[in-house]
Amino acid sequence: MYPFADQALVFVMLINFLALGSSRMNVSVRAVALQGVTLGILPGIMHTFSWHLLAITAGIILAKGVAIPWLLVGAMRKAEIRREVEPLIGYIPALVLGAIATALAFVFAAKLPLAPEHQGLLFIPASIATLLTGFLLLVTRRKAISQVIGYLVLENGIFIFGLLLTEAMPVMVEAGALLDLLVGIFVMGIVINHISREFSSIDTSRLTALKE
Amino acid sequence: MLTPGSLAITGAALCGISGIPGLCPAISARLGQRIAVFLVLAGAATGTAGALWSMLGNLTETWTLDWTLPFGTAEIGLDPLSALFLLLIFVVSGCCSVYGIGYWPAEKRGLAFFFGLLSCSLALVVMARNGVFFLLAWEIMALANYIVLTSGGDSPEVCEAGRTYLVATHIGTLALFALFAIFKVTTGSFQFPVAAGLDASPLPATAIFMTALFGFGLKAGIMPLHVWLPSAHANAPSHISALMSGVVIKMGIYGLLRTFSFFNNIPLWWGILILVAGIISGLAGVIFAIAQHDIKRLLAYHSIENIGIIAMGIGAALIGEATGSPSLVVLGIGGAFLHVLNHGIFKSLLFLGAGSVIHASGTREIDRMGGLARPMPYTAVFFLTGAVAICGLPPLNGFVSEFLIYFGFFTGIREGFSKATPILALAIPSLAMIGGLALACFVKVFGATFLGLPRTDGAARGHEAGRPMLAPMGLLALLCLLIGVFPAAATRLLEPAIRAWAPGLSEEGTRLAQAAPLSWITLLALLLITITLAFTILFKRRVAGAARGKAGTWDCGYANPSASMQYSSSSFAEMLVRLFATMLRPDCHKPALRDLFPKGGRFSSHVPEVVLELIMVPWFMKSDVKFSSIRRLQHGQLHLYILYVFLALLALLAWAT
Amino acid sequence: MTHILIHILLVLLMPPLLLGVIGKTKAFFAGRVGAPYLQPYYDIWKLMRKGSVFSETTTWLFRAGPIVTLSVAVTASLLIPLGNHSAPFSFAGDMILFAYLFGLARFFTVAAALDTGSSFEGMGGAREATFSCLAEPTLFFALVVLARLSGSLSLSTMLTGSITTLWPDSAPSLILLAGSLFIILLAENCRVPFDDPNTHLELTMIHEVMVLDHSGPAFGYILYGAAMKLFVLGAFFLHIAFPFKAGDPFLDWGVFIIAMLLLAVVIGIVESIMARLRMVRIPQILVASTILAAFALVLVLR
Repeated sequence: MYPFADQALVFVMLINFLALGSSRMNVSVRAVALQGVTLGILPGIMHTFSWHLLAITAGIILAKGVAIPWLLVGAMRKAEIRREVEPLIGYIPALVLGAIATALAFVFAAKLPLAPEHQGLLFIPASIATLLTGFLLLVTRRKAISQVIGYLVLENGIFIFGLLLTEAMPVMVEAGALLDLLVGIFVMGIVINHISREFSSIDTSRLTALKE
Repeated sequence: MLTPGSLAITGAALCGISGIPGLCPAISARLGQRIAVFLVLAGAATGTAGALWSMLGNLTETWTLDWTLPFGTAEIGLDPLSALFLLLIFVVSGCCSVYGIGYWPAEKRGLAFFFGLLSCSLALVVMARNGVFFLLAWEIMALANYIVLTSGGDSPEVCEAGRTYLVATHIGTLALFALFAIFKVTTGSFQFPVAAGLDASPLPATAIFMTALFGFGLKAGIMPLHVWLPSAHANAPSHISALMSGVVIKMGIYGLLRTFSFFNNIPLWWGILILVAGIISGLAGVIFAIAQHDIKRLLAYHSIENIGIIAMGIGAALIGEATGSPSLVVLGIGGAFLHVLNHGIFKSLLFLGAGSVIHASGTREIDRMGGLARPMPYTAVFFLTGAVAICGLPPLNGFVSEFLIYFGFFTGIREGFSKATPILALAIPSLAMIGGLALACFVKVFGATFLGLPRTDGAARGHEAGRPMLAPMGLLALLCLLIGVFPAAATRLLEPAIRAWAPGLSEEGTRLAQAAPLSWITLLALLLITITLAFTILFKRRVAGAARGKAGTWDCGYANPSASMQYSSSSFAEMLVRLFATMLRPDCHKPALRDLFPKGGRFSSHVPEVVLELIMVPWFMKSDVKFSSIRRLQHGQLHLYILYVFLALLALLAWAT
Repeated sequence: MTHILIHILLVLLMPPLLLGVIGKTKAFFAGRVGAPYLQPYYDIWKLMRKGSVFSETTTWLFRAGPIVTLSVAVTASLLIPLGNHSAPFSFAGDMILFAYLFGLARFFTVAAALDTGSSFEGMGGAREATFSCLAEPTLFFALVVLARLSGSLSLSTMLTGSITTLWPDSAPSLILLAGSLFIILLAENCRVPFDDPNTHLELTMIHEVMVLDHSGPAFGYILYGAAMKLFVLGAFFLHIAFPFKAGDPFLDWGVFIIAMLLLAVVIGIVESIMARLRMVRIPQILVASTILAAFALVLVLR
């Protein structure tokens, strides 16, 4: 139906694995940026050309591919961390879990009651797989920045799902998603700043000390 | 009247009585042992002839025993499916019995008797056609096995292993009681139903499937029901381990196969469940095997792995039945049958080889051996044959059966799409991984045991085993090579057994010999052997024609290497153990190195039997505490026990009326 | 018949040239002239005429290692189709034999390494055995994908017949497959970034350290066998990554030879621009390649 959409989505899913398997924060941030750019291009190749579409595409690429990674890199520099030192589970198990999640995404996607024109497309499985990868990142990583990366991947998953709905409500979905994200980034940025100032560490498992 | 059945029964009877003369104090122990071996050999020869006759002629027969017990007539029967297992029983018992002459001191008289009884009961298990008679033979087998298993000594490990085995086997028997009770309720009799005579869709069939999987799976050692298997195999005398691993655990497989053969209209999830259980057993078995230091324990874990491979074949066949794909059925079950035979052959070969090695070096620890290929050249060659065969490498027999199973999976994937296709697709890389891991494991065992330099004095004093020990190993190794190079001859035997198992297959339809490219395997195996021989001759000429020097191994600049610095089996396995540490839970004790010149330290590592030691035992302990109040019923006063019996009787009477 | 003859001649004569091309490419990147293209032939020829030294600890298995490696490589080379031509031996299920033959070679190579009793060679053997456990599933995932896509169970029809027609429809899974197989090609042939065929630091090597003690004809066998393995696995990889057919049978041979040399150049470039991975990263990369191949399977089964 859409030429190159499948290839792009496969690429997006591969980036999921990259995010899961890399220990360097730099690589993870770049992976998420690349994922964002790929997703930004997708609406462009799905629809016929219009200035409005160009604006949306450019906006998404700017937000996902430039602004957010820039913010993250800044936060990383401030907090002086380069790699996730001790993830809760190792990289190989995380990769294997990611592979299982992706396989399950395909199984679930085949069972969902979809509109007939959406059946057989890669969008739904890719969306679920990216969503699950985001969850995995959130669950398995300790550092707050890794968690932000997890949120971003999660958001990308929702975005892919939204792509199928763009016909019905184009700007709303996108704006809503981006707004969520912006809030998220702000909050995390503030939180990270505060944590590193107070505790000289941004290991979220230390946050449990706050429960009293 | 000479029929295959009468030959088989005569063989079983000869085995059964073989040990009796040896028990008589008037006969010297040596003579008694010789008589026993002679009788077992005679029985094995007769029985093998009967089994081969039945398989080649596709003959089926049943006898009815006059039996006044209230469970109906006891039937004994022989069909190609039974004959397949009989063949294995008689060949392996014969070999192990001869091996015993050199391995086991004749003065310990009891073993020969119970060994004969065990072989006899094994034969009866596969020939029983009545639930009660089956259970009787099954129980004799289990108890005889317990006695031969614990005859190795009174050490705490042996007692512990025996106890675990006894508890496990009786839990299994309990499940089998339930199984045959459900059979009785469904079919109205204890007689085995005719093949494919029952419908598998109603509820009782599901109950039968689950109880059979539990009861027989416990005997076969399917993960996680394998807990008794490693310690039992490790602590039994080696020729008994060979019989147990080669034959006794196959009775679980036989039970499963026989049970499945009663049903038609098998649901897809049966096959999927068996296939998944097979994948888990195979992978987990071999991963645990890699971490072992005890050569027999390691081999025992490989039995679990190979049972997994057999279960994968059976699962594929059941999936083939459910999806209506005859070629998948034929390839899956053919591969499983052949792997039953092959595993019986190469695993008993390996256990016998391990026995010789233990005999020579006086230890079961692989890390204390080394360099045994020099004093024990024949044992080394035979063990190498078994090791290459068990890794499933061409041109030996393990390759052929794994090939059939692989080929079945590939055929199933190519043919179309069902719910089982993804699992069939996943089974292929899993089997490949099992193969790769098995290879790593057996290179490690063979290398650390036979190659390099002896690590201890015991290993340095090693000596070649005597002829009675070498001859059976040689025969088994020869069988490995023959089946590997000429698989068509072996599958010719299997064909009737496949028909007996799945009568739904049409007679002229898919045959194993046509479904799988067996003649190509023969051709390429011969080609490989020829090329290897040609290169060997070329190499010898080259080496002979040129200058030739001798020197020590290149020591990489270190001036004073010693034999104990060789890469040991633990170091060889270390990377893999660390890779699978989440599952293996290795337990390492390292010395802490602090100063510039640290003092001597000790390093030890140990991998526990995770399912038993970390899951089951704690669970049993906890339930022991929880249920301690019930133990008050057990107080040792006789009249109260009689009261219990009386109350039970009253309750039953009240329930019956 | 002519084609079978060409197949056998290519398989026997061409492999060392690949090593020569790789060496030349690396020399080019390093700004050297480098050894002549035919250097590997000279090396093997020289080794074959040399005397040999055997360690006193070794047994016949030490000598069997190189022989089995070479004979396995020759047998496997008769199963693999080259270019657009099917293999001399081709039957349903030959891919299983193909994969398992290399297992046999591995068994004997590692056993020969352990036979010397040197801890370094044991180390190399352990690495070889461990890493190939992780590489094996990838190859089989790839075979499943190919069997499913082409509907065939023999290497020749699977690889020569339909890959070109399959590319437009299943590009994503074939790209994934090509990527994972390239990783396996490098890992199985002990090239950078997994292993460096040129280093002589025993602690960090895999394949080279296992054959430290071999000398003379035995080492010549090993060198020749390794080149042939590279050739055979490279041909397998090319079928998926470079499925161009010229149409004319003899032109196809030309295309194949050029593609093979290009592959050698690519490997040389990879070796020149990449550093060796740390040992702990190797399992990660191999698992990643398995996941790529598994992903390709998911896409195909969907």
